[in-house]
Amino acid sequence: MKHLLSTHDLSIDNIVAILDTADHMTEINARPVAKVPALRGRTVASVFFEDSTRTRLSFESAAKRLSADTMTFSAASSSVNKGESLRDTIETLSAMGVDAFVVRHKSSGVPAAITQWTGASVINAGDGWHQHPTQALLDTYTITRSFGLKDSLQGRSIAIVGDIKHSRVARSDIDVFTRLGAEVILVAPPTLLPHNIATWGVKTASSIDEVVGKVDVLYMLRMQFERMDSGVIPGLAEYSSRFALTPARARLLSPHALVMHPGPMNRGIEMVVDPSDLPGSRILQQVANGVSVRMAVLFTILGGGATATLQQGVDA
Amino acid sequence: MQNPSTEILGADDVSRAITRIAHEIIERNSDLNSVVIVGMQTGGTWIAERLCEAIERITNGTVLPLGAVDISMYRDDFSLRPIVLSAPTDIPVDLTERRVVLVDDVLFTGRTVRAALEALNDHGRPRAVQLAVMVDRGHRELPIRPDYVGKNIPTHPTDEVSVSVNGVFVTTHAESV
Repeated sequence: MKHLLSTHDLSIDNIVAILDTADHMTEINARPVAKVPALRGRTVASVFFEDSTRTRLSFESAAKRLSADTMTFSAASSSVNKGESLRDTIETLSAMGVDAFVVRHKSSGVPAAITQWTGASVINAGDGWHQHPTQALLDTYTITRSFGLKDSLQGRSIAIVGDIKHSRVARSDIDVFTRLGAEVILVAPPTLLPHNIATWGVKTASSIDEVVGKVDVLYMLRMQFERMDSGVIPGLAEYSSRFALTPARARLLSPHALVMHPGPMNRGIEMVVDPSDLPGSRILQQVANGVSVRMAVLFTILGGGATATLQQGVDA
Repeated sequence: MQNPSTEILGADDVSRAITRIAHEIIERNSDLNSVVIVGMQTGGTWIAERLCEAIERITNGTVLPLGAVDISMYRDDFSLRPIVLSAPTDIPVDLTERRVVLVDDVLFTGRTVRAALEALNDHGRPRAVQLAVMVDRGHRELPIRPDYVGKNIPTHPTDEVSVSVNGVFVTTHAESV
């Protein structure tokens, strides 16, 4: 595997292999010294053109626990402000000797474009509404391991609640969950569902009350104000009344049901209940698993005998 | 051409070797309660289990902690070949001040043992590490020697040595003879 741009690039066997590798990483993360020399001498550059706390830090700790060197680029404090183009930025970093770029950008397709400008591997850490493949892998890892499963979600029902239309997390999750056999139910107002939803092979519901007592996993999405055109929902109060997880609704959850959220949470909007009051909450487990799964992805991409690419473009 | 493999030790010989090594471990470690047996994934783990059982039998009930170590993330040849993960590491106790008996099936170049020593250090600082192997086939590339050996077998570097409960077999490849 050279790049990870989309969950669609991964076969079920690839997914299962990454999750198995993540089990090794979880064992390492539980040690007193949570560090192995596996990626010594490799360099991982985080290139973030959009804000992020957990994904960027999660990838950085993953790289460090495998002993890779890390570089961090954030657009806000870079020469992008002097007008440097994306391509020049990538070629400049490549010339310093980068083995893998971890890329987040507000436009869909940017990570794929970057693969044409560098010989290094590219890992998509979220692009526009398109994909967030490592989030889907860590969510799948969290769900399978919580239920004692290995390689299938057959017979499990997962409701994804909230702003599906603007969510790359939902797109990646839906792809992986359905291919592993889960029944996926999308819960959102019609204005927050993609127009081609009929082709996705999922069910829909128009209120959280229709699903809350029945599902194995309740996956709450963040209300994305920054991507919202005005007018897609009548108002936040109206939204909360039909789509928020409240203490009253939380009491209706099955005893074994998991509650998940990719973060950051909007408390009081989609999460009215305090997740620390929910025995089924896996929200912090998702964060911990994120490091293990990203270690597995970096190890899969960089541990396979690839050699450092000291760059193309310089020698030309 | 697939050459036939030669049986060097039979199943009974392997079993006797394990019992003998168990006696040697007891003899050499007067403070047996500080000993931890750690098998190397995956070839050494079954031998480590059998050693623990033999020690329990011989001492009438001393059960030593049994662990397993996966060294794939500590290899020094990542850039030469892909790393294949075996089963995860499982070290049940802090190794600080313990005497660790590291167990593997075949000792060859010594590189996996080097990696295992580095891996063990991430679980504490053992007082001592001893090495037990079923077969020492020579051709060391590092200053590493075993403390307990089932059988010394002279081999050609291209020979394949396989160890299981059924015995020890050596396959010689045509181009090496």
